[in-house]
Amino acid sequence: MKAIVSVFLKNGVLDSQGKAVQHALVHHGFESVQDVRVGKQIIIKMDEPDAAAAKEKVAHMCEELLANTVIEDYEIEIQA
Amino acid sequence: MKVGIIQFPGTNCEYDTQYAFTSLGCETQILWHKEESIPNGTDLVVVAGGFSYGDYLRSGAIAKMSPIMKALKVYVQNGGKVLGICNGFQVLTEAGLLPGALKRNEGLHFISTHHHLKVINNDNDFLRHCAVNQVVNIPIAHHDGNFYIDEEGLQELYANNQVLLKYTDAEGNIDNPNGSVDSIAGICNKTKNVFGLMPHPERAMESLLGSNDGRAMLEGFIHA
Repeated sequence: MKAIVSVFLKNGVLDSQGKAVQHALVHHGFESVQDVRVGKQIIIKMDEPDAAAAKEKVAHMCEELLANTVIEDYEIEIQA
Repeated sequence: MKVGIIQFPGTNCEYDTQYAFTSLGCETQILWHKEESIPNGTDLVVVAGGFSYGDYLRSGAIAKMSPIMKALKVYVQNGGKVLGICNGFQVLTEAGLLPGALKRNEGLHFISTHHHLKVINNDNDFLRHCAVNQVVNIPIAHHDGNFYIDEEGLQELYANNQVLLKYTDAEGNIDNPNGSVDSIAGICNKTKNVFGLMPHPERAMESLLGSNDGRAMLEGFIHA
């Protein structure tokens, strides 16, 4: 089982890196860019046959370590 | 006075911190992060600055999983005093021992410079030798020093006199180098036994090296 975890700053928490990338893109001629958010993706390979159990474990990992829930949100996608 | 200084892989301010407290007459001991207890009779534990675990994932995030952090939580619950400097502050917020979080500096640059700070509250063991509104000159050196806390948390900090230091200019006017909420440079917990700040008082111990304003700050822990 593979878990793909996406971690982003919460809405309302200023994403300085996203803003810098957005300005660079707009100045580079990509004028239709309205907003950019920069985050991380963490890919976890697990010896866990049950998708629901895998998701629960990964959620626990996010709360314990992978995300700082004071400033970040996370999303988990489980792939077979 | 016995001071324990926690060392993670990547910590690099432990010996500066040891120098600072030794020069103030303290007995010091470096505590490797794999230790599972804080030595008996330790009066203060310092989580020193640096780049624990290379700042991988987030500054301070992996360090909070180290064995000594469990012991540190028990030490804090029993009223033990803890000071986190720079990366140590990040570790303490990640571990939930201090509120808020440290984000990437607003300007995205690593900042290494002397900066002025204004003392906001001194009714605590750390800054009791400093006057309220006193301006001190202390080095800062960080990439992730942008203190964030939500509005509710911020009001709580003010209500309990937990805001210790703010970034200012030499006259004490707000001068925010990194985007921190309300220009906050240092805070403490509600029970006022856990302290954290991004600036480095241990690097301001000798006027020959630019400032000795750190002495009065660190002495607060030693002399009532």
